[in-house]
Amino acid sequence: MMARLLKNREILLVVAIAVLLAMIALRFPAFVAPSNLARVYSDTSILVILALGQMAVILTRCIDLSMAANLALCGMVAAMLNNAFPGLPIPLILVAVMALGGFLGAINGTLVWKLNIPPIVVTLGTLTIYRGLIFVLTNGKWINAHEMSDAFKALPRLDVAGMPVLSWLSLVMVVLMFLVMGRTPLGRAFYAVGGNPHAAVYTGIDVGRTRFFAYCLSGALAGLSGYLWVSRYAVAYVDIAAGFELDIIAACVIGGISIAGGIGSVAGAVLGALFLGVIKNALPVINISPFAQLAISGTVIIIAVAVNARAERRKGRVILKKAEAV
Amino acid sequence: MTDAQISPRNIPDRLQGGGARLLKSWEALLFVVAAVIFLGNSLASPYFLDPWNLSDATFNFTEKAMIAFAMALVIISGEIDLSVASIIALASTAMGYAVQLGFDTPALVTIGLGVGLLCGLVNGLLITGLGLPSIVVTIGTMSLFRGLSFIVLGDQAFTGYPESFAWFGQGYVWWVFSFEFTLFAVLAVIYGVLLHRTNFGRAVYAIGNNQTAALFSGVRVGRVKFTLFLLTGLMAGLASVCLTSRLGSTRPSIALGWELEVVTMVVLGGVSILGGSGTIPGVVLAALIMGMVTFGFGLLNVPGIVMSIFIGLLLISVIALPILWQRARRRPVH
Repeated sequence: MMARLLKNREILLVVAIAVLLAMIALRFPAFVAPSNLARVYSDTSILVILALGQMAVILTRCIDLSMAANLALCGMVAAMLNNAFPGLPIPLILVAVMALGGFLGAINGTLVWKLNIPPIVVTLGTLTIYRGLIFVLTNGKWINAHEMSDAFKALPRLDVAGMPVLSWLSLVMVVLMFLVMGRTPLGRAFYAVGGNPHAAVYTGIDVGRTRFFAYCLSGALAGLSGYLWVSRYAVAYVDIAAGFELDIIAACVIGGISIAGGIGSVAGAVLGALFLGVIKNALPVINISPFAQLAISGTVIIIAVAVNARAERRKGRVILKKAEAV
Repeated sequence: MTDAQISPRNIPDRLQGGGARLLKSWEALLFVVAAVIFLGNSLASPYFLDPWNLSDATFNFTEKAMIAFAMALVIISGEIDLSVASIIALASTAMGYAVQLGFDTPALVTIGLGVGLLCGLVNGLLITGLGLPSIVVTIGTMSLFRGLSFIVLGDQAFTGYPESFAWFGQGYVWWVFSFEFTLFAVLAVIYGVLLHRTNFGRAVYAIGNNQTAALFSGVRVGRVKFTLFLLTGLMAGLASVCLTSRLGSTRPSIALGWELEVVTMVVLGGVSILGGSGTIPGVVLAALIMGMVTFGFGLLNVPGIVMSIFIGLLLISVIALPILWQRARRRPVH
């Protein structure tokens, strides 16, 4: 029983986060006050949304390194739309950025699906292209707070039942993804394609098309996050969220989503993101330089992937059987 | 991409002769592209054909190409190392720290190379020792190594390198041939021989094509891969010595994003990202092309970030075009 519990990734992560919080609470009890925890969650919301999209992609044995660049481009377009047409209703902007993000994801997906280019090469390439496009669009200019309408900036902070809309939105996405992954053929297909692409073909699943949809999904979520990011920080420029793709992948790896595909859960992705979020918010409290954050995420990624590999390794290794199959 | 390769069931009736194969090879195409870009550049700007300008242009790619040689071997063996740019940052930070303690040039070079080797050792141990996937491990060490230099430096910079240290990045061996370019040429020959003329090179190809088969035919897969990661770390250390010497200062953001350019260089050189094929002459040509393109754009005052769009497009199109080309040729047969 105990061993089974220890092998359950989600429970292990909950325990790890609880221990982390308890250690911080020993010296700084204010950190675990409900209002502060809510603030930590709202600070992590964007990472949660992005991790959900990355999870779908990684489940199908692909990877999306372009998410942060996609976010930045969509965020910039949202800010430019708002700047040019201040009267434009916010829901319309939301739909527009999600469509644009989905389209950028679809470009990745098409290259992976139709041309069979390895996902890492495709998204490394589109990462630079998308970010470069922001420069082409703006000539390197910033869009600052006073150039955005009040409604545009207010939405993510708007308080509903004690939590900002930002947090609620991420919770809605978590529930939606939970339903998609667990209750729809598409969710099943993500797992099937990553678990065994050959077997997936024989069960009638189009592997390429499933991957395409995974990229569209991650792109649309990146687009949504683009608006949220820009409106929350009230500034848009070329380098927003630069390097954030690593945090997203880190959240997934920590959450137990196997980079080899087919293994992972919505709860894992959310908990992985929360784990990183707690660390990030705790660093200034326990007086560690914010410059240390990069090194800490790196260490956590390496530890998490080592733990994952141990959990995934099967008991007996049947080398000869495997060799025959190859 | 896999169906495009010749499978055992799809052996052509007649093998092509050496000459025809050479003409149709990726390297021949790259050579033509390089020649066209060279011509285009010399027509577009009157300053391009000056020997000293051309010599300056080589600094655009020599440091990246040093890493690309080792990276080519890593990718041919079916792995990848995304931490190279961060190794440069960490090695450079270590050298900068050593300067503050009063070390002189030979010690600095040793420290730079040593830190590179050490980082390669960490990657190698995690990947071959624990059997972890190289892409995730090196994404992790990429954050870790650069994170360490951020911890040491924060928003500061190390300067004050000794004057003799400047030679590695700014010195000339003979006439317009800089130390870096000479090193690049020597390393190209060494890696060419290593990959194409030794048992070790054979083993690298064997591992990339079929790791299990390589293991059963007696190749020490783990040891070869471990050596490759050590080598990549060492090359990143070497590039760090050259780059630090050329810039004369160290910031934690040094060489940011270079892993992308190195991988692009290798893939542009015709190395399959899936492993198993590729040549060093291809990588050399790709390095020349990327160097000339960035230098040519620079002469035309194109901003760096627009160049990066071009490099991203180049990366995708060099892989996509052959696939599209093959499809277009195959269609009429049906």
